[in-house]
Amino acid sequence: MSEENKPIDEAAQSVPAPVIDRAAEDKDREPSPTSLLVDKLSLFYGSQQALVDIDMRIPQKEVTAFIGPSGCGKSTLLRCFNRMNDLIDGVTVNGHVLLDGYDIFAPEIDVAQLRRRIGMVFQRPNPFPKTIYENVAYGLRIQGAPPKAEMDEIVEWALRSAAIWDEVKDRLKESALGLSGGQQQRLVIARAVAVKPSVLLLDEPASALDPISTLKIEELIHQLKSEYTIVIVTHNMQQAARVSDNTAFLYLGELIEFGRTQQVFTNPQEQQTEDYITGRYG
Amino acid sequence: MNRHISEQYDAELDSARSLLLEMGGLVEQQLQQACQSLYNHDLDLADKVRTGDAAINQLEVDIDDLCAQIIARRQPAATDLRTLISVMKASTDLERIGDEAERIAKMAQKVANLKQPADHYGDIREMASMVHVMLADALDAFARLSAEGAVKVIDADEAVDDAYDNIVKEKGAAMKSDPDSIEQSLTILWVARALERCGDHAKNLCEYIVYLVKGTDVRHADAAAAVSDS
Repeated sequence: MSEENKPIDEAAQSVPAPVIDRAAEDKDREPSPTSLLVDKLSLFYGSQQALVDIDMRIPQKEVTAFIGPSGCGKSTLLRCFNRMNDLIDGVTVNGHVLLDGYDIFAPEIDVAQLRRRIGMVFQRPNPFPKTIYENVAYGLRIQGAPPKAEMDEIVEWALRSAAIWDEVKDRLKESALGLSGGQQQRLVIARAVAVKPSVLLLDEPASALDPISTLKIEELIHQLKSEYTIVIVTHNMQQAARVSDNTAFLYLGELIEFGRTQQVFTNPQEQQTEDYITGRYG
Repeated sequence: MNRHISEQYDAELDSARSLLLEMGGLVEQQLQQACQSLYNHDLDLADKVRTGDAAINQLEVDIDDLCAQIIARRQPAATDLRTLISVMKASTDLERIGDEAERIAKMAQKVANLKQPADHYGDIREMASMVHVMLADALDAFARLSAEGAVKVIDADEAVDDAYDNIVKEKGAAMKSDPDSIEQSLTILWVARALERCGDHAKNLCEYIVYLVKGTDVRHADAAAAVSDS
């Protein structure tokens, strides 16, 4: 029997199993290109400093989680990335955030355009009081609606990307408010994805959901990271451990530790991180 | 180390550590007594060691059960996670040392009716005392969470391996020159082999201690370098 004609099993047996050194693999891996570069970012609410000189590199097409106790600045930092803080009176921002090399605080930046590139999903699902279809089509209509056939295609694609197509395909003309909380949250993600952003910001996206819906959102995050850079704020440390590639721990407005999630959760380098993730008094 | 916000969690982790140390103490005692029963051809003591192994086996099961409970309830991370992983792995090695002690006791029973060797097991005594020190130091390093202490034990294993090699050579020669000594020599070889394994298990235990304290896996690596680097 020639080498090519060997049954698959036998051929497989003759090949030694490759030795996989996962730790070395992670060490040697090429770092992903940068999506967001945070450079000496400080933020003040009036005279109160909420972020202190944050430096951080958020890699493309990976999931980065922000963890830390309430009031540590994690949501504030997330909201800087699509300039949601612009909407709050008395906010001063110093420093830079570069998206693919461009400063998002530069005066020439069109904020609406920026928010199309950097989509956001909040803790409470916030679908519009419109049909499921219109919720997803909304962002596209604002940009100038494509022809109907193309719109249909994009809506289906976005709903599929958000892993909710099968549940809603027969009720696209019904109100989005009739969906369950978990479905609404996935619809909102479909709405964010429809305008093809490069970054998705998720602010506690599953904290108002039941455990099964939470797992569906987590599974969705895992699927979405092949296309998008994802930054997630979560109070749930196990969730951060499950879904993220990188973890940032913030405390009192400072970035205490930023590292690969597997390392942060098994062997954090800073005592404050250790105390927080193990539930100790710091 | 700061205390957990949940005192109950602290208590659970403390009891996992205490159970391991209790098991360690018992294993130390079993190994000591197994060797004594050999030196003194003491059938009763050997019998006591052989029945005593059941308590060690039970502790291994209890430790695994407790650790599984804590993992399921608390989803431990960082030092807590490394503590539980280390405790579970260490208990496996301690249980194996217990088995080796039982094996030595069995050998003691076999040779009890033979005459004492001329050197009264001098070579075994020497090797056993090295292993006793290794085990005691390993448990001490675990109790004090001392990576440096653990590295010393890891390094000490080489001397035990050398002692074993010497006994193998000597007994090989003795069996050739005096066929009447074969039974005696074979027994001593088995005991030496058991002690050499105990040294390996004590070394493993210390590798888990380094992992617990430093977060570095030093199995199949240079432990001393890993500890001084971090």
